[in-house]
This record gives sequence, C-alpha cells and structure tokens, in this order.
Amino acid sequence: METRKIEVPVMADLFARGEKPEYLYWVGCAGAFDDRYKKVARAFTKILVHLNVSFAVLGKEETCTGDPARRAGNEMLFQMQALQIIELFKAYDIKKVITTCPHCFNTFKNEYPDLGADFEVINYVDLLSRFIDEGKLKLDTGKFKEIKITYHDPCYLGRANGIYEQPRNIIKKLGGNLVEMERNRSFALCCGAGGAQMFKEAEKGHKEVFIERMEDVLKVNPDIVATACPFCMTMMTDGIKYKNQEEKMRNMDIAELIADTLNL
Amino acid sequence: MTKQVIFLIALLITVGIFTYTISRIIRFFMLTRKGYPVKQLGKRLWITLKVAFGQTKIFRRPVIGLMHALVFWGFCIILFGSIEMVIDGILGTEKSLSILGGFYKAMMAAGDIFALLIAIAIVVFLARRVFLHIKRFEGIEMKRISHIDANVALTLILILMLSLMGMNAAYLKWTELVGHEAHGLYPVSQHLTWLFNGKSAEAVFTHYQVYWWTHILLIFLFANYLPYSKHFHVFMSVPNVFLSRLEPLGKLPNMDNVTREVKLMLDPATAYAAPAADTPLERFGVKDAEDVVWKSYFDALSCTECGRCTSVCPANITGKMLSPRKVMMDLRARMKEKGPMMLKNGRDYSDGKSLVRDYITEEELWACTTCNACAQECPLNIDHPKLIVEMRRYLVMEEGSAPGELKAMFSNIENNGAPWQYSPDDRLNWAKDLEINVL
Repeated sequence: METRKIEVPVMADLFARGEKPEYLYWVGCAGAFDDRYKKVARAFTKILVHLNVSFAVLGKEETCTGDPARRAGNEMLFQMQALQIIELFKAYDIKKVITTCPHCFNTFKNEYPDLGADFEVINYVDLLSRFIDEGKLKLDTGKFKEIKITYHDPCYLGRANGIYEQPRNIIKKLGGNLVEMERNRSFALCCGAGGAQMFKEAEKGHKEVFIERMEDVLKVNPDIVATACPFCMTMMTDGIKYKNQEEKMRNMDIAELIADTLNL
Repeated sequence: MTKQVIFLIALLITVGIFTYTISRIIRFFMLTRKGYPVKQLGKRLWITLKVAFGQTKIFRRPVIGLMHALVFWGFCIILFGSIEMVIDGILGTEKSLSILGGFYKAMMAAGDIFALLIAIAIVVFLARRVFLHIKRFEGIEMKRISHIDANVALTLILILMLSLMGMNAAYLKWTELVGHEAHGLYPVSQHLTWLFNGKSAEAVFTHYQVYWWTHILLIFLFANYLPYSKHFHVFMSVPNVFLSRLEPLGKLPNMDNVTREVKLMLDPATAYAAPAADTPLERFGVKDAEDVVWKSYFDALSCTECGRCTSVCPANITGKMLSPRKVMMDLRARMKEKGPMMLKNGRDYSDGKSLVRDYITEEELWACTTCNACAQECPLNIDHPKLIVEMRRYLVMEEGSAPGELKAMFSNIENNGAPWQYSPDDRLNWAKDLEINVL
C-alpha cells in the first residue's frame, strides 16, 4: 500500500506564514511523553489528516494544563500554568481546542473560563462521534464484526462532563460487539489514576483500584477494553498484565479503533 | 378549652426549643466562608422537583430506593394532616380542613394509605439494620451511637405511623357509634375499627384523643430531636438539593485570592494596584470547620449517613482509609465541638485541634481519586470531593505538605512543563516519521 508522510503542522510555523488553522489539537503531556499513549496521539492525528481537518499543535510551546497540580491542592501552580496558557492562546488567537485527554478537557472547559479563557473546547470522542453522525467519517464495519469490545468510562468524560453515549456510538458504528460491564456510565468505577493518583503510589489498602476494575472487565471477558483517557489506558494496560491476559485481551483507545478500522 | 391551653403550651415549648436550636445553627453558619451565590432559581426549582421530590438519585438503587421514596412522598402527604392537627389544637376545632371537600378526602385517604406503607418500609429498614449485616452501614465512622441514632429515629417514625392509623380507626369507630358522618376517607384504617368493638362511644373517643395526643406530641418531640441527630436530614435534605452546585461535577471552584497573587507574579506592574498589606489574609484551603464554605456545612448537616458515597468510593472499596461519608460526619462533629466555643470566645479561639489531622488524616485525603462517584451517588447532591481538595489545598499551600512523589510532580511541572521529567524540546517526538496509508 502506498503511504504518505504526515508533517504535523505546528502553530508557530503557521502563524509565521500568516495562516490560521481551525482547531488547535492539544496533545497533552501523555500524548507527548507516554510511550503507549503516543500511539493514540498518532492515531488521532491520522484521523484528522484523513478527514482534512484544519489543525495545528503547539509542539514545544505546549505545557501542562496544571490539572494534576490543582487536584493535588497546588492551586498556585495550577493558576500559573493556566494564565500562561490563556495568554499563549490569545497570542495565537486560538478559538477551538480539541483534546484527547479528558483531564485537560475538563479543566479547559470548566475551569479555565474562571481565569479569563474564552475558547471552545471539544473532546475528540465528541468530535469523532459528530463526524460519524454527519456522514463525514465512514467506518468500515467489517473488521470488528466478531470482536467483543467493552468500554471503560473515564471519570472526567463521564461523571465530570456527562459524555457517555458518544464513545458507545462510535463502537457501535465500528460494528463492534459492545458489551457493558456491570458498573458502567455514571456507575463506572474509577481506574484509580485520577486526582493526581497517577503520579504517586496508592495509600495502604487491600487492593489496587485498577485490579478491582480489571476484575469488572474480566467478568465480561472482552477481546478489547476500549478507553478514552491516557491515565485509564495506563491502568487498564497494567491490569491486563497483572491478570496475565496479554494473550487474550488488548487495551485500545477509541481513536486507535477508528484508525485501525480505516486502515490508516 | 383545657385541651387548647395544654396544646398551646406544648406548641410554644416546641417552637421555643426549635428556634433556639436553629438560631445556634445559623450562628455556626455565620462562622463559615462565603461560597457561590444562589442564583438561577428556575434551574434550582427544577433540580429540587427532580432530585428531591422525584427522588431520582435514590432510585439508582431501585428496590430500597422505592421504599425510601414511599416514605418521603408519604411524609409530604401526611404533613397536610399534621398541619390540620396543629390548627385543630390551637382553635379547638375538629377536622378543620374538611372544608376543602374532595381535596381533603383525597389527602386523608392518601395519608392513611401512606401511613401503612411507611410503617412497612420502616419495619424493613429496622430489620435490615438489626438483623442483616449491610456493608454500607458499617465502617470506622459508624460508631455505636450512629447505629442507636438510626434505630431511635426509625422507631419514632414507626410509632408515629401506628398512632396515626390508630387515631384514624378510633375516629371512624367513634363517628359510627355517635352517628356522625366521618370527615375524610380512610381506606386502611377502616379495616382496623374492630379493635374498638364492644367499647362505648366515650371510651372510643378517649382512645381517639390518646392517639391524637400521642401523634402530635411525638411530632413535636421528633422536631426537636432531629437537629441533634443525623435525621436532621428530614429538614435539610430538600433545601440542600435546592442549594446544589449547578456546575459540572468535574469543576473545582477557583481560588480568587490565589489569582490575585499569581497575576502579581506574572505581571509585577500591577503590584502597585494591589490591595493594602493590612487586608486580612484568609487561610488557603480548609484546615478547620470554620474554613469551609457554608455549603459544605449544609452538606454535613444534611447527610443521613446512608453510606451510598462510601460504597462506591474506589479508595474505600479497595481498603484505603478514605470514606466520603466520614468526611461529612467529621465536619459536622468538629463544628459541634468547636462552634460553641468560637461563639463564646470569638473566631480566634483555638483548642489546639483541627479538622485536618485530628479528625481527617492526611492518609485519607491523599487517597481520593476525585472520581466524583460519591457526589454522583449522593441522593442529596452532597459534594465531598470539593471539600477533600480544599483540605489538600490547605496541606500543600499552607504547610507545604504532600507525598514526596506529588512534590516531584509539582517541580516537574514548574521546571519542564509536564508532570513527568521530560524536556519540552521532546514534545514533538511522538509525531516523528508519521505516515498515513493512502486509500
């Protein structure tokens, strides 16, 4: 098959040329640095290119939204990050931001406006589901026909922002056989990594949260655990390893499922 | 006439004690901090109708939820009859609201049916608490007194319902014996009139009066017991829903005092416009009961310790110390301990203890994943995670205290703009050699 090289457009370059993309794709720290999640950033970028979406990334100018600092109680650091990012967005006149990370999404959408932010924030799951409904994104339904997929709701998409149906819509449109865990949607159990837990050891207990969640997954015994959050991805991947399920089960992001079905 | 005088005295004592209790609680509220302003009344009314009167969140557990909903709806209906009893007591009248005609009949009939339904539900609730080991009712915060409190309140409600049915049955029998037409319909109690078979009209009337007095005096007692019990819930829950935060669960409140400082740091030019140095400095975050916003204290007073929050908490499920219910109970207990002393000795009073550490340990606070399952589950829209983060804010910003890994995360963000130790120069490495298949 013929391939084409993608040069990911960088905001500073476009700006220098006097161009302005429609969207900023906010890659997030996990998209930039987490080896597993980099693949999600790549998959999502391919989809954007496939759909001819006008976008750019900030590249070296991107920084942490401050979300983990805020949830760990460091409001000072959070606001330093937030105010700098808001200034940067203003300088580039950024009006629409797409995020893959639900934590970046939540803080941009709900918390940055308190600090003077004025831009629209769209979560990629929402965007892709909309493209599908509008007929812009057509998914080959054959590939996942025999595949059993369960979806783990990230807290910051689900409970925090009410995004439950869009990812399920995508999985159904993929032709995947969607099976629900007992605790799903607003009842979903956290993966254990939110609220800055990602960056520390858990407190003493009798079990890790991700193991408890993986046991929910095992009860429905899917071929794929679909996630839509970098932290959930890490925890589910750990869970699969812990339960020695690597042979039977894969953990994939919604964007990867789409890129895969389209053979991008 | 004697009946009226006795009633008025009882009523005045009840209202007097109740007013005293509530005025003290209002003074405790005055110690707390300002929170969000209560706006968007239309939306609040809708949420109250849905979550409080529609009981939508309690139905997340359908079976036991239905039983609670029946008790709640029953209370609302029976309240009508209680108001009539107060009017009758003051004016010396008999079934004064029967002038409302068909509506009255319907309300009395509904109240009579609900009295039975509530009694059945309460028996189930008591049986669950006494005979079954429901995990939700256990936990380190559930002391002996918590269980006694629950059982006392349930027993009181049960007696209230039994006395109501007894009153209705005696009333029916009495009207039958003296040949009056009964006001109102009593579809359940009409099957209980046999209890008074063979008794004279006077004797049945006495029974009727005994039930009447038992019922109303228990209501008076109940009203004054509630504010000192977890069942204060009965008064506080509907207002608490009305006063809910309307923002998405994921949003944390902004600290405006920090914004001022950060803007100063980022743009020293504004330093001259800064407020005078003698502006009183507010503590960052929550260390003790008086540092919470009023809504958190309202949450704590509304909590009836049902434990739905704790039963869905990922930290608690996996054996960590954290229990969201305990956070609410601790705040309430701490205010009960410190509030009166602060009212007596002024805001600066200190007993050398604080909510953070003496009641809620750091280990509990750092175990929260801010997943919001507790807040989602709470039938009253209590918001535990906000309070937990407020206490983390105190620990981090006032004491510089946090687990070592989190401190490392902070310095990574400060130094290289990511929670991990990677160079910003590597931020585009993920996009290297990216190719797309040409379809």
